[in-house]
Parts: sequence; C-alpha cells; structure tokens
Amino acid sequence: MREVMLGNHAVARGAWEAGVRVAAAYPGTPSTEIIEALAQYPDVYAEWSVNEKVALEVAAGAAIAGARALAAMKHVGVNVASDALMTLAYTGINAGLVLVSADDPNLYSSQNEQDNRLYARFAQIPCLEPADSQEAKEMTKVAFALSEAFDTPVMLRLTTRIAHSQSLVELGEREEVPLKPYTKAPSKYVMLPAFGRERHKVVEERRAKLSAYAEITPLNRVEWGDRRVGVITSGISYQYVKEALPGVSVLKLGLTYPLPKNLIRQFIAAVDVCFVVEELEPFLEEQISSWGLPVRGKEFLPRIGEFDPRVVVKGIGPKVAEVNPALLNESLLHDNSPSLNITLPARPPVMCPGCPHRGVFYILRKLKLTVAGDIGCYTLGASPPLNAMDTCICMGASMGVALGMEKARGQEFSRGLVAVIGDSTFLHAGMTGLLDIVYNQGTTTVIILDNGTTAMTGHQDHPGTGYTASRALTTKIDLEQVVRGLGIRRVQVVDPYDLTRAQEVISAEVATPEPSVIIARRLCALLAKGTGKYRVVGMYCRSCQCCLDLGCPALTFNGEEAVIDEIQCTGCGLCAQICPAGAIEKVVGENA
Amino acid sequence: MHDQVISILLTGVGGQGTVLAGRILSRAAASLGWDVKVADLHGMAQRGGSVITHVRFGTKVYSPVITQGTADYLVAFEKLEACRCLPFLKGEGVLIVNDQEIPPLPVLTGASSYPEGLLEMLRARVKKVAIVDALKKAKEAGSAKAVNMVLLGVLARHLSIPRECWEEAISTSVKSEFREINLKAFTLGWESIT
Repeated sequence: MREVMLGNHAVARGAWEAGVRVAAAYPGTPSTEIIEALAQYPDVYAEWSVNEKVALEVAAGAAIAGARALAAMKHVGVNVASDALMTLAYTGINAGLVLVSADDPNLYSSQNEQDNRLYARFAQIPCLEPADSQEAKEMTKVAFALSEAFDTPVMLRLTTRIAHSQSLVELGEREEVPLKPYTKAPSKYVMLPAFGRERHKVVEERRAKLSAYAEITPLNRVEWGDRRVGVITSGISYQYVKEALPGVSVLKLGLTYPLPKNLIRQFIAAVDVCFVVEELEPFLEEQISSWGLPVRGKEFLPRIGEFDPRVVVKGIGPKVAEVNPALLNESLLHDNSPSLNITLPARPPVMCPGCPHRGVFYILRKLKLTVAGDIGCYTLGASPPLNAMDTCICMGASMGVALGMEKARGQEFSRGLVAVIGDSTFLHAGMTGLLDIVYNQGTTTVIILDNGTTAMTGHQDHPGTGYTASRALTTKIDLEQVVRGLGIRRVQVVDPYDLTRAQEVISAEVATPEPSVIIARRLCALLAKGTGKYRVVGMYCRSCQCCLDLGCPALTFNGEEAVIDEIQCTGCGLCAQICPAGAIEKVVGENA
Repeated sequence: MHDQVISILLTGVGGQGTVLAGRILSRAAASLGWDVKVADLHGMAQRGGSVITHVRFGTKVYSPVITQGTADYLVAFEKLEACRCLPFLKGEGVLIVNDQEIPPLPVLTGASSYPEGLLEMLRARVKKVAIVDALKKAKEAGSAKAVNMVLLGVLARHLSIPRECWEEAISTSVKSEFREINLKAFTLGWESIT
C-alpha cells in the first residue's frame, strides 16, 4: 500500500516498522511531527521530554537497557543534546539508537541555519541523509540496523524540505524486535577517564569499519549519465540536481559520514569534471578536496539559504554547458513569469488576535524597558508595532543575558530591564538561568508568559500542562512553586488581559532591587474559546489610532475611525482598555 | 498520464487552509497512480504570515519545490498573495485568484497601504485568469472556512483528475462532520467554471 506521507511521518513509520519501543523529543520545527506520529502507534512509548538533552538521554537509557529507541529534534536542539551525544559516541549502545536532526536551511522557523552533518563528523557517528519520504522511512530502518551492527548512535539528518515535504511511501509491517538482554558493563557505559580512553580507541576502530561499510552499502549509488560530467550530492540537493541537470552522472550519497573514499575516487576518475552540490556547509566538498581530489562546488553555489533547481542550474550550469549544453534542463534556464513592478506590503507572521502575549509587550514598550527575550511565538514581540525585544539568542538565554547585562552595567540598569520567557521554554532551559540570577544576586525581573502550551510548534504538552504526549493525565508542575523553589521570594501572577494591573506589577517589580518573577498567565488564544466581541462606537472615535499600536490583526483604521473585524476579534478587550476616548465597547446581547 | 510534471502553487494567508488543500490535491493525484510531491512550511511561518504550498505530480517528480517561473497553475487564496507569488507562474500559466482582500499588519497599522487595482494589474499581465469570489461561495456552502474547497473546485476543472477522485480525497481528508459542507463548497467551485 502506498500513501502520500510527510517526511516526518515517514520517519515515524520507519521507526515503528523497525520495532522502536521508546521515542523522545522536545518539539521544534521542522521535527515536531515525528513524535506526534509515533505517539499514535501502538507498541511505542513516545514522550515530550523537557528538553532535547533529556530526550536523547531517555532514548540512550532505553537503548542501553535493550530497546530500540529514537530521539528527534531540530538542528539547534542537537546543540542542547550535544553533551550527551559526544559521549554516547564513546559508550555505544546496546539496542539501536537513532538521533533525528531536522535542519532548517533558510531559517523558516529557526534562529540559525547550522549544518548538523558536522555534528556527525564531530562525534564520529554515521550520518544518513534521505532525499524523500520513502528514503526517510527506509533509512530510519537502516539506521537502527547500522546502530546495532556497529554499536553506535546513528544520526538521521533531515532538512525542512525532507521533513515537511510529502511524497509516496510504500508501507511495511512492524518487525517485532525483542528486548536485548541488559548486562552490567561499566567499562562500556561508565565514562570514567580510564574507561573513556579505552572507548576512544573503539571509536577509531569503529570509524575504520564504518568507512569500509560505506564503500559497499547500497545507500551510496552511482547513476551514470554523460560520463564527462559528474555530480556528488546528497539529501534534497539530489532532487534538485536530477531536475536541473538530468543528463549528468550522479553519485548519490545516502551515508554522508563516514564517506566512501574509494567509491568517490573512482567516480571522480571516471568523469572529466566533478561538482559537489550540497546546501549550507561544504561538508562533502572539504573532505573530498582534502584527499587531493579535484571537485568544485561552493565557488559556484551559495553557502547560505536553501537551493532549488534553478540555483543548481545557475550555479554550475554554465560549467556543465561548456562540456555539453544538452545536459541542462532547458526549461529552468529562462524565466518568463509575468512581473508586477509594484512594491507589495509585506505580510510578516503576527501574534494572533487575542494573543495573551500582546498586552505584556505593549506595556514593555510603553515603559521603554530593555527586554532580554527568548524563543517562542512571543519573539514576534520584537516586530513592529510592538518593537519590544532587545535580544533573542536561544532557548532559555533571556535570563543569563539579563543577568550579564546587569553585571556589565550595574544594578541601576536592571531598574529598566526584564527577561521574558514562555512557559515551555522556561521549563526547557530557563530554570538554570533563573537559579543563576538568584545565586549570583541579580536583581532583574523575569516575566514568564504562561499560555499553558508549546504554542509555536502547534500546541504540544509540557510539564506545566498536566498531560503527556499521549494525552494521559500526569503531575501538573506548578510554576509558582518551581520559581519559589529556585529561591525567588517575589512571585506574582497577573492576567495579561488586565493591562492596568499588569503594568502596575511590572513597574513595581522592575523598580525593586530584588530578583522577582511575574507569571503572566492566560491560555493561548488558539486554544481558548474567546471571551466575546468588541466594537467601535464610531461617533466617539477620535481617529487617534492609539489602538493600532497593539498590532492586532482584528483592528484597522478606515481613514475616519477604527474598525474591529468581528470574525477575528476574540474579545480580549485590550483595545477598549487603551482607547483614550472610551470608544470601544463590549458587544452585549445575541450578537456577542 | 502526465509525462510532463504538473506544478501547482497554492498561496494564501496562514489559517486559510492551503495545507489541507495541498493534501487533498496530492491525494487526488496519487489515486490515479501518479508520482506526487508536496512542500509545505510549518511553525513561525504559519502565524498569519504569507504561506505557500507546492504541489507537483506526474510520471516522475524529483524536486518537491517549484522553481520560479515554472508553475502551471497559481491558486491564490488572497489577492496580495497572488501578486507576491506571481513570479512562480510560467508565462502561459493559469492564475486562479480569490477576490478577497486580507490586509497584512503593516496595512492595518497604517505603516503601508493595500495596493489598489490588483486584479486589473493581474489581468493585464496574465493571459489566463479565473477570478472567484470564494468567500461568498464558501459561506453559501455553510462555512467561511471552506474557501479552500471552492478554489480546489475551480482548479479541478482545469485538471484531468476525475471528479470522484476529488470527492474521495476530500472525504478522507476532512473530519466527517465537515464533509458535507466541504463537498458542497467544492461543487460550487466546480460549477462556477463553465
């Protein structure tokens, strides 16, 4: 049976077919759907872990205990998990362990576009790169087999165009893989220096064996075309090469670490010129060049952003055409698309109508505070018209950054400074930062935007929601207790829909030379039912347009008066609170 | 069979249902045995911003992403997004555009204005344009959210996929309680092309 499947769902299917028993992840675009799908399969334990490091550790523990296990995360999540990863490469596994890294070339929903193939090389573990959903499924299964055959974690590296593209997948059945026996093996799993030294030797021996395997695996294959032009490629770039340069000879690498040195040498020897086509870092190219082999790539192709067939045609097309112009896809050379010579207003992503984050950022801007921000929907608070965020680096960075600012510029600076972080992000990587503020006598105010979910990635549960990934009831973590436990004495909860009180509390806490936490608590507007509708009473509107400073998609100005789109309005009432003319009122009665 | 790959770009505003439309289109095409690829975006991009879904089908499809200037069809759920994605359409391609205006935030806040006369501009530059009041038809079908089905109905009349394949794909892709409304909206779109 064939099905059109999302790449991430194909990974989940592959893991299930491979008999995976334990899967763990923290949500992050473009990886989220892997665990969401695995949570639906019978015979699989799937969890939202608190962060990626824990996710990889849970998967590692399961693998060491004898169960096939998978951890999934976005590229920057691997940074968080890298501490575990680098040493798991030494310990090896017992049952198969697969780490899925979903990279995001072009930063569709990320803070950077790092190339995580470098992690595979750094950790000396195999790296597999599928080129479509079918391969995503198959390579997931191969990854488990490789993991067990070579006693190593295996990285399955996706990019957004693999993870979030759909293509046909042939479904298979689940292979029942019994638990492997668990026996104590401290010299393998307890990485004391003496044992670690021995295991490092094993890593080197393993790499030699994997390199030999790379030469013979069908994951790496040559598709012969015109033997005058060769292209070495992997992942999504393979599809672009096949489309852009249909006649060339292609060495498609499915296993991109370690590389098949002889296969590559033979391929390059068999063609007149050879190019490497890969997005982001010259990962393949630099290794191949280091062997003294003649390949060219990044001198023609960008190191920034993602490719498409035209990028390939424009990049190396002219060089290929020098050999044989017929090798190029003619239709990609010319672009006769209709053109409009007008500047279009941008349509950036925005906070939703009724978003509980809006009021807080409105106040932060009004109070002209310095805002150390964090990762989530609320990062949109940096955009116009709110313009209320100074920094956003990575998950949990807000508090460390705020403390560093205070230490650099003194306590007085902290009287105009806040750290802002979401509930899920706080539980992911924020608790340590807050502890550092307490321990090192910072005096900053931390605002936790508690919307009761992981909203940005599509409303996944976390320890504060009281539900697990499979929607089973669990212990609901109380944020107030957590922050008190971390040593914060000044803890207040505000409703971000109540601007007056929220502003009073923020002003008072920022002014106090003691560390404090304000929890701005209200459910994500996409999950809440809405609290009614508001409307503008036209005769009272003074056309001041103050309400537009909220940046609410439901509010506009028609040239004479403000207008509220009744379909989009959720009834948060912020506009009514800030209207100086009292021209916005709640709709009562049957129209509400 | 399509030896030539058919490339269809769906564009709109986050929340308008382009992702679901892409899924239905891909299922309908796959039911005829064609190779199919779809490329979507999730996450930050979805929060009320411009969204694009690429759909390609034929005997063999490599890239899931449509190269600019090569789309056979551009289905725009909103006028401004039609203009934004026009560079994807090939010279002789077909534009299906929903006659709906959703002002983006810079327009709402007064930082910029919604350009006037977009449909006229599009008509002047694209030979084959179908303008549809999909919102009106969707409401007629029973839900303003069924704009995507109306536009699929219009698109369907341009493609060689039998109507029952579409209806099957819709039925298996939407929740059962919304099936009737969606099928009706699709029919209204289908019948709007004579």
